[in-house]
Amino acid sequence: MMNAQSLEVPAMIAKRHDKLGLTDHDVVKMYHFMLKTRGLDDRMWLLNRAGKVPFVVSCKGQEAAQIGAAFALNPVRDYVLPYYRDLGVVLVFGQTAKDVMLSAFAKQEDPNSGGRQMPGHFGSREHHIVTGSSPVSTQIPHAVGIALAARMKGHNLVAYTSFGEGSSNQGDFHEAANFAGVHRLPVVFFCENNKYAISVPLRKELACEHVSDRAVGYGFPGVTVDGNDPLAVYAAMKEAVARALDGQGPSLVEAMMDRMNPHSSDDDDRTYRSKDELEEVKSHDPILSFRDYLLDCGVLTEASEKALREEVTVEINVATTYAEKAPYPHPEQALRYVFAE
Amino acid sequence: MTVKLYIDSIHDALQEEMRRDDGVFVVGEDVGVRGGVFRVTQGLIEEFGEARVIDAPLAESAIVGVAIGAAAYGLKPVAEIQFADFILPAVNQLISEAAKMRYRSNNDWSCPLVVRAPYGGGVHGALYHSQSLEALFHHVPGLKIVMPATAADAKGLLLSAIRDPDPVLYFEHKALYRWIKDEVPEGEYTVPIGKARCVLEGDDITVITYGLMVHHATEAARELEKEGISTELIDLRTVAPLDSEAILAAVRKTGKVLIVHEDNKTGGVGAEVSAIIAEKALFDLDAPISRLCGPDIPAMPFNPPQERFYMLNSEKIAQAMRQLAAF
Ligand SMILES: Cc1ncc(C[n+]2csc(CCOP(=O)(O)OP(=O)(O)O)c2C)c(N)n1
Ligand SMILES: [Mg+2]
Repeated sequence: MMNAQSLEVPAMIAKRHDKLGLTDHDVVKMYHFMLKTRGLDDRMWLLNRAGKVPFVVSCKGQEAAQIGAAFALNPVRDYVLPYYRDLGVVLVFGQTAKDVMLSAFAKQEDPNSGGRQMPGHFGSREHHIVTGSSPVSTQIPHAVGIALAARMKGHNLVAYTSFGEGSSNQGDFHEAANFAGVHRLPVVFFCENNKYAISVPLRKELACEHVSDRAVGYGFPGVTVDGNDPLAVYAAMKEAVARALDGQGPSLVEAMMDRMNPHSSDDDDRTYRSKDELEEVKSHDPILSFRDYLLDCGVLTEASEKALREEVTVEINVATTYAEKAPYPHPEQALRYVFAE
Repeated sequence: MTVKLYIDSIHDALQEEMRRDDGVFVVGEDVGVRGGVFRVTQGLIEEFGEARVIDAPLAESAIVGVAIGAAAYGLKPVAEIQFADFILPAVNQLISEAAKMRYRSNNDWSCPLVVRAPYGGGVHGALYHSQSLEALFHHVPGLKIVMPATAADAKGLLLSAIRDPDPVLYFEHKALYRWIKDEVPEGEYTVPIGKARCVLEGDDITVITYGLMVHHATEAARELEKEGISTELIDLRTVAPLDSEAILAAVRKTGKVLIVHEDNKTGGVGAEVSAIIAEKALFDLDAPISRLCGPDIPAMPFNPPQERFYMLNSEKIAQAMRQLAAF
């Protein structure tokens, strides 16, 4: 197991991202994506509470892990099979704020599904995002199939797939991990461990300490990292990606984090999480800690950070207005694309 | 034309298509070195290698799920489920995933997948090696289901299934493997999915069936011919989507219809065929629609008397045909 380094950066220390081969520009971009992910998430939640969007699922608290993971991938080369919370990943792979809002409002132009699926059900061939569904873990064998097919075609790429720790109990996770292990396929299994499966806490989900402990059963390495630290996630993912591209087979990366919102807009987490716990979670918001890091090492200033936030807000405002006004699909279009036409 | 066994026809069609198209590959349990437990994929690993003839770990959801991923990437997987009975662990992948990939992505992604599965009883397979499971999938939009009865259709439908841009379930009857042989066209030969075949032309009664029962019904019709009853016999070949036009035309011709299938009756394919007839051709009927199907018990027993009790045969079918003709 790999432990994340502490994020507390003494004033004059060397930039940790240098050692990872990330430029100042890269980490600002990462932060920008984290802000955009959070901004969209907050906005969708708000729209739900305002009665404008019937259902949303939040990634609040998981942005650092998602952006750290996605930055270790190559959107031109690799394929992602994200689970419903992986908003940060699909943004890095090319979806825009407008795309996200079109999906939230279920409009015709939604690139994921033309308004057919709920938000959080990503898909876009153009951006190498494989279409996903609601039953958890079904995407995991698909990632293995993508990796298998790519190898048969002589394409060197990585298939990334993500899932919650609760979903690592599904047969599809185990069957797919075993298949990938046996065939040494270039898959990165990314577990976003937010310590809850809806209301069920970690201790009732797993008898082993870490989800990453499961990897050994399938003949490949598993690591657990601090998911509140995008650089720690990036480092672990980078290693997994290098192994995959080098023909060494799959890896499992587990990122530890907190779910800062209820499971979904229909859930009330006060029925199973204490006030203290919910307060505590707020105190390690990964966006705040990464901002502090960037300020401490002088990559951002208070002013440039504020400018980034404002840029993101404007983009989200424009996207929201556009999506709200955009047309719904025609009812009879529901009959189309059962089969090829 | 060459006369071939049904099983050899499946094997040869698969081999021909793998030679023609590099994107076609086989994945399943024991399909490689062993050549499949029924030997359908015999020799393929020698010709095409381990990369295209994959002995998968024993996990059906992964066999189908991995094949779905490969299909999404643009290959043409032919996944084998060793016995149709064991497709159940993969049902989530088939219904939640394969059947919906095109629809849920608004035509952005697709799943050109074939799943082959040996089905059917009368082979001493007992409860879990005898089932017909087409009705479970028949209800699901987004899946096509073919069930060839002849060696020629076995080839023609397999090639069509592999070339189809959407997922196709290909159910092959175990009892037909080494029992049925007929003339199979050489080379390029496809049978369109969704088209029934008229096996026998007749004027008195219509029998609609598919799979193994086509042969028992043919025998029964020959028997009845001696008694002066002539039968229009339809082999559906594809059970999803059903060939409504062929069904209605055959029913209108005689005004009396018997639907036969090995699968149990309740909620079976025959129920949908009857509904189509009732909706569209009620006033062309001279007798109530009749169905002869497997009994509504969970599965087929192992002991011979009960297995025979479950299975339809030409005598049971002939009896039902006589009753219908006499109505
Ligand atoms: C097969 C299946 N069973 C149940 C559900 C309902 N469900 C949706 S998410 C969820 C919890 C998932 O927890 P986890 O995998 O830890 O992911 P998280 O939501 O915490 O990110 C459940 C039970 C589902 N979507 N699919
Ligand atoms: Mg969880």
